[in-house]
Amino acid sequence: MKAFLKYREIWLLAATVVLIGLISTRFPAFADPGNLRQVFNDTSILMILALGQMVVILTRSIDLSMASNLCFTGMVVAMLNAAHPAIPIPLLIVIALVVGLVLGAINGLLVWRLNIPSIVVTLGTLTIYRGATFVLSGGAWVNADKMSPDFIGFQRAAFLGIPVLSWIAILVIALFFVLMTRTALGRSIYAIGVNPTASVYAGIDVGRTKFIVFCISGMIGGLSGYLWISRYVIASVEVANGYELNIIAACVIGGISIAGGIGSVGGAVLGALFLGIISNALPVINISPFWQMAISGSAIILAVVLNARSERQQGRIILRKVEAVT
Amino acid sequence: MTEIPAPRHIPDRLDKPLSSAIFSWEALLVVVAVAIFAINSFSSPYFLDPYSLSDLTFNFTEKGLIAFAMALLIISGEIDLSVAAIIALASTMMGMAVQAGAGTPVLVLIGIVVGLGCGAFNGLLVTRLGLPSIVVTIGTMSLFRGIAFIILGDQAYKGYPESFTFFGQGYVWWVVSFELVLFLIAAIVYWLVLHRTSFGRRVFAIGNNPVAAQFSGVRVSRIKFILFCLTGLMSGIASVLITSRLGSTRPSIAQGYELEVITMVVLGGVSILGGAGSILGVVLAAFIMGLVTFGLGLLNVPGIVMSIFIGLLLIIVIALPIVWRRLHGGR
Repeated sequence: MKAFLKYREIWLLAATVVLIGLISTRFPAFADPGNLRQVFNDTSILMILALGQMVVILTRSIDLSMASNLCFTGMVVAMLNAAHPAIPIPLLIVIALVVGLVLGAINGLLVWRLNIPSIVVTLGTLTIYRGATFVLSGGAWVNADKMSPDFIGFQRAAFLGIPVLSWIAILVIALFFVLMTRTALGRSIYAIGVNPTASVYAGIDVGRTKFIVFCISGMIGGLSGYLWISRYVIASVEVANGYELNIIAACVIGGISIAGGIGSVGGAVLGALFLGIISNALPVINISPFWQMAISGSAIILAVVLNARSERQQGRIILRKVEAVT
Repeated sequence: MTEIPAPRHIPDRLDKPLSSAIFSWEALLVVVAVAIFAINSFSSPYFLDPYSLSDLTFNFTEKGLIAFAMALLIISGEIDLSVAAIIALASTMMGMAVQAGAGTPVLVLIGIVVGLGCGAFNGLLVTRLGLPSIVVTIGTMSLFRGIAFIILGDQAYKGYPESFTFFGQGYVWWVVSFELVLFLIAAIVYWLVLHRTSFGRRVFAIGNNPVAAQFSGVRVSRIKFILFCLTGLMSGIASVLITSRLGSTRPSIAQGYELEVITMVVLGGVSILGGAGSILGVVLAAFIMGLVTFGLGLLNVPGIVMSIFIGLLLIIVIALPIVWRRLHGGR
């Protein structure tokens, strides 16, 4: 199983390298380490969001409200910053995490306590959270001139030659790696996705784990809210509109099975990077950015076709083993 | 706490005793609809005007047409997130045809055929390759709308012929619009198909247990393929209506409609897990969503705030029976 997972990521990594190679034949400076660092930094927020979505999808659920959560939390921190520029940025990040956590917990409670399918709950909160952003802001925008220099500059500050935003992404990736591979919670998340009934018999509280998973995706949504607003220096109701599907697309390209139980941190990161590279490369190789949507759509379909084929092969191997035993 | 749904009660007959009808989902929706109607007519003097009420119907007819096909698809255990993208692609193709000098009948044909083709493409990917529909249609959603963006970029197609405007702006009789008539005809057709034909029973059977349905001689793949085609077809028809109503095509046309259509279907009592639902429920849900958006619009509530009400309505209407059952200790 482990070897199989590695196999999939190696293929994805190879595809990414080939993609970078193809782009650099048209535009050699693209494969330059400095530029690749830039691409990584540009994709940081999508990577973080994809990891938050991944843990939800692994438990056979889905969180469609992440982009709306991002929008709402982003507006909260932007307005706080505009009203009280003295609040230090680390405290603002904590506030963003807490606001996101509360929004995620609402999703989680509805899924856990009322057993409503997550797609329905988050479809509802998707519109509610974005609407709440409008109510909160009264439809007004928070522009760059109202934000404090620290608010905008924090993630751009370089540390060891790499912007803080990239460091935050690296930190989140490391945390998720530890969570998924080294903790009981991580293993429970996989177990629920593979077989919820067996998980119950194994002593896992499926409902509570799902609640925690939604809290995690909520916190990630909140964190991304601050990162997004301070990166694009505008907070409005339209922020990240429709982005929830990009996040899911990154997961799907990263080989995370929508049926739950299959997927890894490396996959989610590579899936996000793949989309990030495409969107960064199109302008430099003189393809109209209007092509981006169709290209990522084709990438998603191709990824699903390939993933489905490898999943089917896995089934056959297990059957053969059983036959050999009996 | 497990995700495994309890075995559903499948009656031999569709005619239920009166007592169960009173407590049914549809009854709950009727109550909600009447309540919203009453609140609206009290809060705005302009609401109870035949012309206002006629305008109201445009809020849900186009989405409602897609919702009927989507209801069948969701009952069978699949989903289609690409419907709004199909509208965009079909509308773009119609726009191209206009530039080439096509007349109204050709335009309508193109809209419908493109819709059908997109639906068939989804259906092939899901049934031939055995892929999960939610992911496939997220992909085709980007692909279809992406093609519209490639063709149009930041441009727009205009100049639709005069006779083409009838579909989205014309009235059949007094204040009864063509769109409303089409919506009602589609409601009756889909009601007949789902609740009065063996095809409808097969759709329910697939949704409840696809493996059992397969062993009972139901051609699961073929029926799912037909349902995807139907959803594409209805999206194509909706595209004709919207393009005709707006009189122009941009690649961002009908953005976000897919989630509104699914909200309509789920609000109508169709189980998102498949296997249960009714067309009457979807019709009522369409009316409710139209009433809410229009009523709040008359009170000058911005569209984005209305979406809060729709979202709350969706969660509350679904949570209410669950909470109620729990408080009364389960039946």
